[in-house]
Amino acid sequence: MTSFNKSNLLHFGVLAGLVILFFILPTYHVGVLSRVMVMAIYAMGFNLLFGYTGLLSLGHAMFFAAGMYGFGLAIKFGGFPVPAAFVVGVLSAALLALVVGLLALRTAGVAFMIVTLMFAQTAYLVVLYFGKYTRGDEGFILQQAERSLFGLDVTTETGRYFTAFTLFAVCFIALAKLVQTPFGKRLVAIRENEERARMLGYDAGRYKLYALVISGAVSGLAGVSYALLFGYVGATFSTVQYSIFPLLWVLLGGAGTTIGPFIGVLFMFYLIDISSGYTNAYMLIAGVVLVLLTVFAPKGIAGTLKARVFPWMP
Amino acid sequence: MEFGPHLMLASLEGAVISAILVLTAMGLSIVFGVMRVVNVAHGEFFMLGAVLAWYITTLLGGHPALGFGVALIVAPLLVGCLAAFADRVILKRINYDPDRTIVATIGMLYIIQQTTLMTFGPEARPVEAPFNHRLSLPWFEFGENGFAMTWPWGLSTTSYKLFVIGAAVVVLIALWVFLTRTKIGLIMRATQQDSETAQAFGVPVGQVYSWVFGLGAGLAALGAVLVVPIQQAHYLMGHDPLLLAFIVVIIGGLGSLPGTVIAALLIGMSDGIISVFFSPTLAKIIATFLVAMVLVFRPQGLLGKTAP
Repeated sequence: MTSFNKSNLLHFGVLAGLVILFFILPTYHVGVLSRVMVMAIYAMGFNLLFGYTGLLSLGHAMFFAAGMYGFGLAIKFGGFPVPAAFVVGVLSAALLALVVGLLALRTAGVAFMIVTLMFAQTAYLVVLYFGKYTRGDEGFILQQAERSLFGLDVTTETGRYFTAFTLFAVCFIALAKLVQTPFGKRLVAIRENEERARMLGYDAGRYKLYALVISGAVSGLAGVSYALLFGYVGATFSTVQYSIFPLLWVLLGGAGTTIGPFIGVLFMFYLIDISSGYTNAYMLIAGVVLVLLTVFAPKGIAGTLKARVFPWMP
Repeated sequence: MEFGPHLMLASLEGAVISAILVLTAMGLSIVFGVMRVVNVAHGEFFMLGAVLAWYITTLLGGHPALGFGVALIVAPLLVGCLAAFADRVILKRINYDPDRTIVATIGMLYIIQQTTLMTFGPEARPVEAPFNHRLSLPWFEFGENGFAMTWPWGLSTTSYKLFVIGAAVVVLIALWVFLTRTKIGLIMRATQQDSETAQAFGVPVGQVYSWVFGLGAGLAALGAVLVVPIQQAHYLMGHDPLLLAFIVVIIGGLGSLPGTVIAALLIGMSDGIISVFFSPTLAKIIATFLVAMVLVFRPQGLLGKTAP
């Protein structure tokens, strides 16, 4: 079997597995998995920029929050129907990514990280400043009636799981295909050696901007999905912590692999789920994992598997 | 209160903020300058300093000045040793690779913060100032009766706040003497300029890095011990100093020490003054956004040289 077929098989295997899990897992874990899939969309958006293009942003929470608030505010104050609000949410994240990209991509390396961190901090403070509409840290709830998607009730366990699954599947397959296209290959070329990519005639700056906009839009879509499926919109999701999480997930799962982000989120969710049974300082686990990863396994779970066992892995 | 005295009060608050900020930012700046490492855990070393000060003063009891005096020396030393240890165990192993160091220090941030949460608890705890006299300040006015000195109600400060400003100045001068007049300082500057050449001349670069990382953390802890009688010790208190110190270091030019001092004064004073007259959130929004812009259009900062 060619590696192309093998990776297709892997992707559809994961999706099939997720469908089967719904029928065999108890309700609690079905709920956790819906959350994992939504956050995996976020991680995949981050992975496109960090894993494939080699740009480390420490401010992705602003895109997640832009999607979330674009969607939530459009419903709450604009009275938009859900599909239109969905589009508004994703577009506002993409627009924010475009503006941030035009400014921040003038810098590189450490400066890029700090600039994105600062922009995200500004975004967080702006959310707090307009607390009259955003309700600040407290956040606001979207009522059940405000969240029906084409007549489908997403508040039931089944509706939520399969909506999350559909969104996840679409992003998962689309991004896996995207990185196989010439466009995706160019992003990897920029990650590996930007000078050389430029010498070969590729407009590296433009490709980085495209990558950032797509990455921001996918992260925004994750924010929209979260607001849609769990009905909560709050400033917590724009804090620095939520910029760090996707980095953690992607590093843990394996940067620059298609399956890595999902594995990372799944692993981390259960790690925190189990450890929060013992202590309220569960972020300690996140810290220890981050340090151990950077020291011992900088390639993450999927990355290490790819390097050691399955060289065909996408 | 009228505008003039109000402004003076705001500037005094600003000066206290600047004093703490300059110590914290100096630590961050030295670490970046010598090691080219962005230490995201810097704010947590600050927090550790404050928490240790609380433990030491509570443990010793007696007169507040006794505990405070001990804390002023012991807390920065302990934090410095811890940081040097972390450098040895973690940062050295990943070869100070810029991306991975940031990730590792983020990990350290959570480890320190959450360990403090587990041991010290989520409460904010006060440390008593060693001395705290209220000093009324005069205000000079040119009125109908010519030049007059008045004592407006509310225009006052405490002796402790003046002490904080004085202490920061003393530490800064000591640091300057240390870096420019001693052999260790010379070695540090040599490592900063070109670590490979320094190594070739027999400078133990690895050890210097540990020392510098410890020194940087110690400076943050010192700033925290000084601030803890004004602001209580809390496990999340490292967040704001980290962001502010980042802002200062960036505006001043990464690694430029004189730039750091000037920027700390600028940011501290304007933070004090703006948040007295305007909404603190708005002030923070403007400051954070401006810093991002400085970095976008002038990546080397105000006084920094172009990046090598």
